[in-house]
Amino acid sequence: MGAAPGTSKAAHGDVAPKKKKGPGALATAYLVIYNVVMTAGWLVIAVGLVRAYLARGSYHGLYYSIEKPLKFFQTGAILEVRKHKCPKHTNESRIVPSSVVLTGFQVMSRVFLTWAVTHSVREVQSEDSVLLFVTAWTVTEIIRYSFYTFSLLNHLPYLIKWARYTFFIVLYPMGVTGELLTIYAALPYVQKTGLYSVTLPNKYNFSFDYYTFLILIMFSYIPLFPQLYFHMIRQRKKVLGHAEDYSKVE
Amino acid sequence: MCFPQVEVLDAKTREQLCFLDKVCYHRTDPHWYPARQALKLDPRGKSLRDDEILQNLPVGTTATMYFRDLGPQLGWTMVFLAEYIGPLLTYLLFYFRVPYIYSHRYAFTSSPHPVVTLACACHTSHYIKRLVETIFVHRFSHGTMPLRTIVRNCVYYWGFSAWLAYYINHPLYTPPSYGELQVNYALAIFVICELGNFSIHLTLNNLRGEGESRRFPVPTKNPFTWLFFFVSCPNYTYEVGAWVSFSIMTQCLPVAFYTLLGFIQMTIWAKGKHKAYNREFKDYPSLRMAIIPLIL
Repeated sequence: MGAAPGTSKAAHGDVAPKKKKGPGALATAYLVIYNVVMTAGWLVIAVGLVRAYLARGSYHGLYYSIEKPLKFFQTGAILEVRKHKCPKHTNESRIVPSSVVLTGFQVMSRVFLTWAVTHSVREVQSEDSVLLFVTAWTVTEIIRYSFYTFSLLNHLPYLIKWARYTFFIVLYPMGVTGELLTIYAALPYVQKTGLYSVTLPNKYNFSFDYYTFLILIMFSYIPLFPQLYFHMIRQRKKVLGHAEDYSKVE
Repeated sequence: MCFPQVEVLDAKTREQLCFLDKVCYHRTDPHWYPARQALKLDPRGKSLRDDEILQNLPVGTTATMYFRDLGPQLGWTMVFLAEYIGPLLTYLLFYFRVPYIYSHRYAFTSSPHPVVTLACACHTSHYIKRLVETIFVHRFSHGTMPLRTIVRNCVYYWGFSAWLAYYINHPLYTPPSYGELQVNYALAIFVICELGNFSIHLTLNNLRGEGESRRFPVPTKNPFTWLFFFVSCPNYTYEVGAWVSFSIMTQCLPVAFYTLLGFIQMTIWAKGKHKAYNREFKDYPSLRMAIIPLIL
């Protein structure tokens, strides 16, 4: 999905700085390095997309030019969920129990789409919907990781904060649309080949139909996406709503 | 003798509701039965317990309390009845292959494998035992459960039993690889664990009955209770054992998965109970683990 909603407490901390349990120096250094690397990685993907587009002169099949860095950096985001589990070493100033669930869910859905759908079903890799969500993710992640980097260094330009809490309005639905269209495109191939599916009878009396599973995943977007989206909108009001009270550049 | 004035405000609207205690409030508006009321001294703080005495609370001559509606509540007995009736009945729907579950030609047929009938008997008696315990054995302390939690629990129990039953009673079910040997051994362990679990429940029950002094459970003459030498919560140990043996008996992966989930949840509960025992009783035996002897 487009933006990462659960990870916004740092900004909230910027707005109303209460007793912050900040991470130690070593943890901060580690986090800064992590976020800089991730920002750089997604910039590489962005540049790769632009260059491929200019070289080919069309939108089609751009996935292949950034396939490897996309897999690497999107999977690398799993490290973020682990960090959320220990309050001292997080991207946030303050840990909120729900953000582990939201971030974890966010990352797992992205990793699922990268590996279990796009990588696994070769035929969808040339679909335009792939470009749609890759673009959404790329722009979102570049802003998000630079936001964390600057926050950790206590030097957050208002522009980055504004971008983080505004771009998602378009990017989130854009990403979700790309993701859903991609899953939908994968369905006929999954059904035809029985990909990742197990049928009865078998020794362990178990069955799994990946085709039905993908359909259920698509339906799960209906309750989940609005929740995440409106959570971000509420965060936006909280964070940017105080813009008049605080100076523009921290 | 001068009683302190007690005013009660709504925690959200700060409107004065103004009654002396939960029972009085309930008499005025039966919609808010006592189990549903939470009274607090601080709108964002913890609720006061039902047995707290006004005189002992840090209030002045005028006590201000904040009221919160906990939502519809159900007593523990009702909770467990709701949770257990589902699995009992849904499994039977699958065993008898009620129409529309499996392909039409299998409607109301029965499986050729004896293990399937045995599994049905085990599953059914497991839940009948639980229902009997809920009605006749367990003595529940105060307390209720909010409706939302009950719905969630029921979805879990009913949903999983339907999923298990679907595979075990499926026309394409494959009986265990080691045949009768596997089934019989698993059945023996299952029966032992069920008896064990029941013994522990009786033992815990008798503990409650004996007056004010709180004691921790100890092994009795009943050999099943000797597990108390090794674990704090042998009822959970036996429960896990019963489900593991059921998994082996049916050789069904969904059952094993369900067992795993139950094991995780019961371990969390057992660890909590174990910690509570250790905190409360200075002479608590150190050999005891929470749920798995010598290990967990």
